[in-house]
Amino acid sequence: MNYRTFTATLLASTLLAGSAMAQDVTLTIESWRNDDLSIWQDQIIPAFEASHPGIKLNFAPSAPAEYNAVLNSKLDAGSAGDLITCRPFDASLALYDGGKLADLTDLPGMANFSDVAKSGWSTDDGSATFCVPMASVIHGFIYNKDAFAELGLQEPKTVDEFFAVLDKIKEDGTYIPMAMGTNDQWEAATMGYQNIGPNYWKGEDGRTALIKGEQKLTDADWVAPFEQLARWKGYLGEGFEAQTYPDSQNLFTLGRAAIYPAGSWEISGFNGLADFEMGAFPPPVPNEGDECYISDHVDIAIGMNKATEHPEETRTFLDWVASPEFAKLYANALPGFFPLSNEAVELDDPLAQEFVSWRDECKSTIRSTYQILSRGTPNLENETWNASAQVIKGEESPQDAAARLQQGLESWYTPGQ
Amino acid sequence: MTDRPRRRWHIAVFLAPAVLVYTAIMIIPLFDTLRLALFNKGDDGAVFVGLRNFATLFGDPNWSRQFWNALINNCWFFVIHMLVQNPIGIALAAILSNPRLRFAGLYRTAIFVPTILSFVIVGFAWKLILSPIWGIAPNMLDAVGLKSLFSPWLGKESSALTTLALISVWQFVGIPMMLIYAALLSIPDEVLEAAECDGITGWAAFWKIKLPLILPSIGIISILTFVANFNAFDLIYAAQGTLAGPDFSSDILGTFLYRTFFGFQLQLGDPYMGSAIASAMFGVILIGVCLYLFGIQTRIRRYQF
Repeated sequence: MNYRTFTATLLASTLLAGSAMAQDVTLTIESWRNDDLSIWQDQIIPAFEASHPGIKLNFAPSAPAEYNAVLNSKLDAGSAGDLITCRPFDASLALYDGGKLADLTDLPGMANFSDVAKSGWSTDDGSATFCVPMASVIHGFIYNKDAFAELGLQEPKTVDEFFAVLDKIKEDGTYIPMAMGTNDQWEAATMGYQNIGPNYWKGEDGRTALIKGEQKLTDADWVAPFEQLARWKGYLGEGFEAQTYPDSQNLFTLGRAAIYPAGSWEISGFNGLADFEMGAFPPPVPNEGDECYISDHVDIAIGMNKATEHPEETRTFLDWVASPEFAKLYANALPGFFPLSNEAVELDDPLAQEFVSWRDECKSTIRSTYQILSRGTPNLENETWNASAQVIKGEESPQDAAARLQQGLESWYTPGQ
Repeated sequence: MTDRPRRRWHIAVFLAPAVLVYTAIMIIPLFDTLRLALFNKGDDGAVFVGLRNFATLFGDPNWSRQFWNALINNCWFFVIHMLVQNPIGIALAAILSNPRLRFAGLYRTAIFVPTILSFVIVGFAWKLILSPIWGIAPNMLDAVGLKSLFSPWLGKESSALTTLALISVWQFVGIPMMLIYAALLSIPDEVLEAAECDGITGWAAFWKIKLPLILPSIGIISILTFVANFNAFDLIYAAQGTLAGPDFSSDILGTFLYRTFFGFQLQLGDPYMGSAIASAMFGVILIGVCLYLFGIQTRIRRYQF
């Protein structure tokens, strides 16, 4: 009898221990942000685990350039993590259509996000959302405050003022007016065309009209940014044709260039490198008093692997990601990646705060080529890189570049389908 | 006679490991790529489309423009190698095989070292050397008063591909040098001495005696250069990125294939069109090698000592 009780106790304790073990669920997060490993491990994961006992998190990033390929093969093989960090638009949409990502439209936290914020991870008609938006990046110009003070310059508000500032820096000769090269091509499009463009095509109005086919890339509003880019040539450093992206970053942070056409993701890197004070101004508007528009581009989100064994816990975590608590934590840990939730978030970094403050003054939009329009061949985004670089170098006229892009787009895209 | 030739099993046994490994990692993937080129994405998985991918590649102006651009660039890449790398390699080998040259071992090693460097190191090192901002090339030209000759070569459409080809020549000139050097050393002294008796010395000896004897080696080097150039990818990728800028002026078949197969930025990877390009590359190389084998190799005269 005694023996039996003992056995029963043992068995019961094993069962209890087993169930206690089972309650401690570990969720694995797939991500391309290997730069953020320490932020997840030191700040985000402890904060979540403290408030949600029983759920453990394992952040398992892979190299950015390989992420899409690695993730796809892991998903096909059934060995992918429970949580999937989502690239914006088609890469994630393909995963959702392929049944790899779960539908999260009914997640309570989704109410915290606007339609523009959700656009990167929704079906074309907006009926289903499959990733919780985490952060966006904002475009603008970062400048060397010391250099501006030395030359007696003010932040330019209009395009004319912008070029007047550039002329003065060039005349003085101490600084390269603007640090940007065309070697890697993408800066010309991303920090050039998509940065200054929304002021001309009126942000979301122009972008959606382009998708609906009501506007064309050859319309004046879409050619105008190219016309401004063509004027940039004279203000870039000597040999800008072979200047790479890291070259430009170094030129600016070493204090050799005065203005840097930027994306907000540069902030944390620049803070560590530059020993002068930095300021930022939004892309200048064409005329005094025009409404301003900024590229507030959705960049990163997180979704649920449909094949996960722990859907409940995964949804709990995703709901937490959608909360203001996560937004505050993430935005301050990574200045330059701004939360997308409607809740206002106070940032400690002054430069990041400057960038995010433009959301109050200007209307937000996302990059024009990202939604739907880069699905076919030729790929509009890649073509825009090429065209922007060619226009800056003066090897293609703004009109020709726009005509080439429109022709390429028309060859496979019929609006309204 | 009842004596049947014995089956020689040991031949099969000894061949098996190499054949199996080679089949698994070379032959099967090759034929699978050729097979994949005949499929395309349908409503549910891959659908057999026959030669339609090739029709797109050569018929659709968006694809054919890129393909021909890459092929022409690739030919130019090869021409530079043939015109610069191989003559320099032969000249270096001829100089090195001169018995009166001192420190021959040092030169030989120094010239061969870049060959064993990684493409990535070579690409980045040259990008830095030629950088208009931090590079030493502008300063060196300035020191001899030739600053006006400098331009951002890698960033200009007119010069990017040639510059990259010359970087590749710098890296690989050691290979033809070594092969020719070995061929030159294998020429028996008696032949040269006999020529000397007939009054053929110095340059005349090189042109009339040595060059004909090393022609088969030059042939082999040419075909190796051809295959390596048409499969090239790494250097362009390391120096100019996937878009092979500026304006695709340094795009070769390898980078075009990579961009198509694995995708790039917003462009999703297309394994079917990628395979079609890979098959076209295979075809180009096959034709080139066949032309060489049947057109040239069979006509080269060989000498037995």
